[in-house]
Amino acid sequence: MQADRMDFSPLLGGTLTGEEMARPETTYLKDVWRTLRGRKTAVFSLVVLVLLVFMVLFGPMMNEYNYYSNDYAAANQGPSRVHWFGTDTLGRDLWTRVWVGGRVSLLIAILATIIPYAIGMLVGGISGYFGGKVDMFIMRLIDVLMGIPSLIYDILLIMVLGSGSISTLVVAFTITGWLGSARTTRGLVLQLKEREFVMASKTLGASPMRLILRHLLPNTLGIIVVGMTMTIPSVIFAEAFLSFIGLGITPPNPSWGQLIKEASEVFKQYPYRFIIPCIFVGLTMLCFNLLGDGLRDALDPRLRT
Amino acid sequence: MVRYAAKRIVIALLTVFTLATVTFFLSKLLPGDPFMNEKIPVSVQEKQRAYYGLDKPVVQQYFIYMGNLLKGDLGTSIKFVGRSVVDIIREFFPVSARLGLIALFFAEIIGILFGILCAQYRNRWPDYVLMVFAILGIALPSMVVGPLIRYVFGVQLRWLPVGGWGTWQQVIMPAFVLGLGTIAGNTRSMRACMLAVITQDYIKTARAKGMTPFRVVWKHELKNSLVPMLANLGPMIAGVLMGSFVVEQIFVIPGLGKHFVNAVSTLDYPLIMGLTIFYGSFLVVMNLLVDILYGFVDPRIRVK
Repeated sequence: MQADRMDFSPLLGGTLTGEEMARPETTYLKDVWRTLRGRKTAVFSLVVLVLLVFMVLFGPMMNEYNYYSNDYAAANQGPSRVHWFGTDTLGRDLWTRVWVGGRVSLLIAILATIIPYAIGMLVGGISGYFGGKVDMFIMRLIDVLMGIPSLIYDILLIMVLGSGSISTLVVAFTITGWLGSARTTRGLVLQLKEREFVMASKTLGASPMRLILRHLLPNTLGIIVVGMTMTIPSVIFAEAFLSFIGLGITPPNPSWGQLIKEASEVFKQYPYRFIIPCIFVGLTMLCFNLLGDGLRDALDPRLRT
Repeated sequence: MVRYAAKRIVIALLTVFTLATVTFFLSKLLPGDPFMNEKIPVSVQEKQRAYYGLDKPVVQQYFIYMGNLLKGDLGTSIKFVGRSVVDIIREFFPVSARLGLIALFFAEIIGILFGILCAQYRNRWPDYVLMVFAILGIALPSMVVGPLIRYVFGVQLRWLPVGGWGTWQQVIMPAFVLGLGTIAGNTRSMRACMLAVITQDYIKTARAKGMTPFRVVWKHELKNSLVPMLANLGPMIAGVLMGSFVVEQIFVIPGLGKHFVNAVSTLDYPLIMGLTIFYGSFLVVMNLLVDILYGFVDPRIRVK
């Protein structure tokens, strides 16, 4: 094969300058979004989660039933055109109960993740920024408290607080759940506080609280968000676990854990009743885990391969 | 090493002390009174309270309680009349412990094997298949998997007994459900650990020396990836312990986890307190052992 002169043409003279950026600048968030979009599993998870949230919000409005009315004439029906997921022993519509239950489970999961993380970030930020005796004290306290198995303590706390409501579960999970995020945040703040932008702000007279809240904590958010995404499934698990041993949301209010527990007692007769909420619990936990994996890769440039 | 171990032990002791103190004061806040009953005369109620030492001031009760704990007395159950918590633990914990040990042992080995396979065949089909399995294992909690496989293998196919305790067939399903999370978690972390080791220079050196691939994996990659895996052992033990509450319920196994759940539903407060302290201290001790072992195996830890 021979090269022909006509295959080549001269570059456009003068338009290329080495100083110019070849591509438009990207911000950190845009960069994260681009990496995340490249990961099929993460995008898939995000889509599924958005759909689930949509269904949890609007699913109960799609038919005329509510989640608490008993209708003994319609008890124990299989999925049909009238009751899309069938009915339970008391004749309650399971389509409605599954989505209302999802609302409860997801609400608990999100609140019991964000609140402990906020507290943990504040404590960790203070501990890491001030260092010295404060840090020493807080870290030893966390070392000691970390050793206490949280689920066992949740059981005791819920018994004390009186079981049954969303707020009880969230308070219990908050009391036991802030330790990990405090430790993570402290480690990140220890690295960040040596950086120039912190020194610059300090020189300009920023107060310690302003430094922590405006400069240090926002810069830990990337890793914290990954942690939160991974925590949500464990809270969903904890809720289901507590429901299973009889300490979850009180009937007639549904939650996914509650529905699974109720259905596991009549599994042999009505397997679909068990399988339907299980699919949604599994799907939610799966998607948050996969999204967390994707976010970790997207947010942390060092981990990229 | 001694300094490192001593520090760990002090922290563990403080944890157990906090655990016991918090448990005691929380129990004082518990709603309801187990002796409140209109059918029983007030004088008898008083006597019952006095029998359990509940008529004394709270601070005094606290010191008595802590003193009893030091003597190894965890209190007396209310529903199992006259039986001490220690007695109940002694009778039922061996069942849970045996099931947990079997589950943990197989789950660790299988998880590590799966992780090795994933890392060696990374980004090829064995990796994908096992990672899907691992992710499902993490996403599906035991209260979902338990009834499901019990129905499939116990009720429909009749391959295994649906519940009970005593024969080796009865162990298989509960041990699998109990270990599933550990298998999944270990597969993932073993894969990650090994991938980190595989890129190291000494692996290249070993290959360049002409070592067989099997020996490279066995002698260098495996040994060095197992060290960080040790750190996972603590949470895995905790997971298996918590899982036993659910699994023993599903498969009708007469273990301590089942009794704990029963105590929660019958409001047997002294039993709940005693078992909380027992489980808590047990996990603290396990974590302590893992920490010390970790420091022993990896010198970098104890210097830090």
